[in-house]
Amino acid sequence: MMSAIAVSQRAVEDDIPLSMRGPAPASVVAGFGFWLFLLSDIILFAAFFAAYAVLSGETAGGPSGLSLFHKQRVFIETLFLLFSSVTCGFGSLAVQRGNRPRTCLWMIATLLLGGVFLALELTEFSGIVATGAGPSRSAFLSAFFALVGAHGAHVTFGLAWLVVMLLQLGTFGFEPMVRRRFVCFALFWHALDIVWVGVFTIVYLGAR
Amino acid sequence: MIGKLSWSAIPLDQPIPIIAAGVVALAILAVLVLATLRGWWPYLWREWITSVDHKRIGSMYMILALVMLIRGFSDAIMMRTQLALAAGGAEGYLPPEHYNQIFSAHGAIMIFFVAMPFVVGLMNFVVPLQLGIRDVAFPVLNSVSFWLTAAGVLLINVSLVVGEFARTGWLAYPPLSELAYSPGVGVDYYLWSLQISGVGTLLSGINLTTTILKLRAPGMSYARMPIFCWTALASNLLIVAAFPILTATFAMLLLDRYCGFHFFTNELGGNAMMYINLIWLWGHPEVYILILPAFGIFSEVVATFAGKPLFSYRSMVVATMAICVLSFMVWLHHFFTMGAGANVNGFFGVMTMIIAVPTGVKVFNWLFTLYGGRIRFTSPVYWAIGFMVTFVIGGMTGVLLAVPPADFVLHNSLFLVAHFHNTIIGGVVFGVMAGYMYWFPKAFGFVLNECLGKMIFWCWFIGFYLAFMPLYALGLMGATRRMQHYDNPAWQPFMIVALCGAVLILLGIILTALQLVISVRQRRRNADLTGDPWNGRTLEWSMPSPPPPWNFSELPLVTGRDAFWAMKQARSGHSAHSDASPPRIVTSGLVRVPRNTPVGFFIAFFAVVAGFALIWHIWPMAALGLTGIVTAVIRQAWSDDREMLVSHDEIVAASQRAMRRLPS
Repeated sequence: MMSAIAVSQRAVEDDIPLSMRGPAPASVVAGFGFWLFLLSDIILFAAFFAAYAVLSGETAGGPSGLSLFHKQRVFIETLFLLFSSVTCGFGSLAVQRGNRPRTCLWMIATLLLGGVFLALELTEFSGIVATGAGPSRSAFLSAFFALVGAHGAHVTFGLAWLVVMLLQLGTFGFEPMVRRRFVCFALFWHALDIVWVGVFTIVYLGAR
Repeated sequence: MIGKLSWSAIPLDQPIPIIAAGVVALAILAVLVLATLRGWWPYLWREWITSVDHKRIGSMYMILALVMLIRGFSDAIMMRTQLALAAGGAEGYLPPEHYNQIFSAHGAIMIFFVAMPFVVGLMNFVVPLQLGIRDVAFPVLNSVSFWLTAAGVLLINVSLVVGEFARTGWLAYPPLSELAYSPGVGVDYYLWSLQISGVGTLLSGINLTTTILKLRAPGMSYARMPIFCWTALASNLLIVAAFPILTATFAMLLLDRYCGFHFFTNELGGNAMMYINLIWLWGHPEVYILILPAFGIFSEVVATFAGKPLFSYRSMVVATMAICVLSFMVWLHHFFTMGAGANVNGFFGVMTMIIAVPTGVKVFNWLFTLYGGRIRFTSPVYWAIGFMVTFVIGGMTGVLLAVPPADFVLHNSLFLVAHFHNTIIGGVVFGVMAGYMYWFPKAFGFVLNECLGKMIFWCWFIGFYLAFMPLYALGLMGATRRMQHYDNPAWQPFMIVALCGAVLILLGIILTALQLVISVRQRRRNADLTGDPWNGRTLEWSMPSPPPPWNFSELPLVTGRDAFWAMKQARSGHSAHSDASPPRIVTSGLVRVPRNTPVGFFIAFFAVVAGFALIWHIWPMAALGLTGIVTAVIRQAWSDDREMLVSHDEIVAASQRAMRRLPS
């Protein structure tokens, strides 16, 4: 590369403090930026949680959470989502090792577990709506459908993203770009778990 | 098929919006025709519209802000004229339903589409240069952010001709903004244009935060960052933390309006006060998102033109970050009258007053930086000194309003209107104007006309005092905000003085346009040949003006604060003091720049399609817009040819061009 001029920096000695070593490599930057996005996303959920906390008692003479929610069913639903995070973790390990069959196996398992979670959630929603307790019935139900629905929308988006990632793996293999995107996807999927733990605790276990 | 849209949506019976829209349409048409006749389109498309260069994107943000300043100011001067006329029994010339739209549009446009793009644009342009790096962390995302902001701008301007705008005030408080009381499309225009541009702002916040925290030139530790980068960091952290709340709040109001939810309705348990809490939980940090970068600009300007390092850099950084944190603890002072009780009001009143402490620290730091310096009185310094006087007055009326009993008297009065214009014009507008005149030569290679720059300052400065000091008095006399006419004839002289102030500001805006035209004509005479027209201290002045697309062919090695000043001192023989031995770094590799891509433009185009369709309930078109966005994103995901190598010859040629401009 005679015709090019210096670009990337590499700290040759470890005694240079991290903050002075110059621009971080692309993989770090992508993960860090996505992590910031997730923080902002969690703040978005925090606003919906706050709205739910304010409105959870406002049933306006309609049904309360206690009479609508089936905790056992939601617990099973929760297990599907949490296990999808486990399979996603194994999938991430396979991505790191560059093992294509295992990546496909674990990521398709993640896809299926997430899909079952979503299907269970939709059946729960349609059951509640069928009893006449749709989101327009009361402020409590508005807040409930918006909070849980926002999580569900994120899961739907995550599933679509995973399908795209599997196709990308087919086109590009384990290029650095594809690896970075898998890292971001895994961060996203685990963050949705954390949000769901909040939903399960506050909405379902805390139902009054 | 076309939802709620029909020919009656175009307000042919109202002359003012039709004439305004006609003028705007003619101006746009003239620009389009000119660009076509001169054959500028290929150049504009290649070099600007599809550009992912942070300098180009930053400049486009600022052009957008200047254009929208004209729109927002037209609203302002219409209101001032109305109030100068509508005294006693007179009705003025603006009917109430139109007047309501005008004050709503004025507030929303000035904050979201003037102040925000100007501040974001300056940060985009300056931060990577000051950090000594080639671009922001995610250049393509940067282009998407800009174009989403432009999409919001387009939608809010379409509301002028097709349909109507919100009549709810700039924050669209429910229950007034609910479907029951605002059944038209005005609130929907408001919500969708701000939702779309808000996503752009959030992405830009993530981008710049990542840039500052992860991409700095070798040797640039946090304690060596230029102060503008610190304020930009605080501002972008606030964007990341506050804008999702805005998105969520608007999403709730949209669910109320479109799907019959009951978040903020009067019926079935909805709680309108929750909206007001949530919106100000975003809204108060928002004022610091705007003002902190302005503080950073003043710090750079004051240090440069006093020829001294900034007084007490560390206390400035601590004050900036303290404001960043405290800004989330004061939102309730926007509605002390809600009735939260004395203890809650007392807490938020005290927290509000505490914010004045770090702000006061900053004022003293600027004063002590100027003290003993050889001050060069250029136009940026005029803005900085005008700011220090004006902002302190605005801050003091703010502390006054922070006392809950006083606030009960002044709430929703013109005193409040005077207060926040005092801080936003005296702080943010003066700040971005200082930044515009300070960094303009870096962006375009020539200095703006100084004489006109000072005249613009005097127009704004005197105009501001004429326009808003009477409003303080009127507020104390009992005049409320958002009134279309009034009975008390004693108010009219004050209103007329305020109109005179607005006319003076109008002159300032006209002179800004004139300054641009004249400076372009005089560009050879005022050319910035050295890249360092002000004898600057930070790295952006170490490169030619305008900088090459890749900024630095070799990243600078930073050994202390005011990195470029230290380099100049070392070069001229004065040994620069450096607080650490230079870090040992091996540089190797190639100059890569990201390839330009139209993806941002296409995403924004489809966002406009989807937004317009959602406003008018044209569902198939909304689906088309959303599909377009997804397609554009996926197409981009499959392009693997995102970077290109800059050849050695190109770099040499660029540096030779810069050298040739230097006087021998």
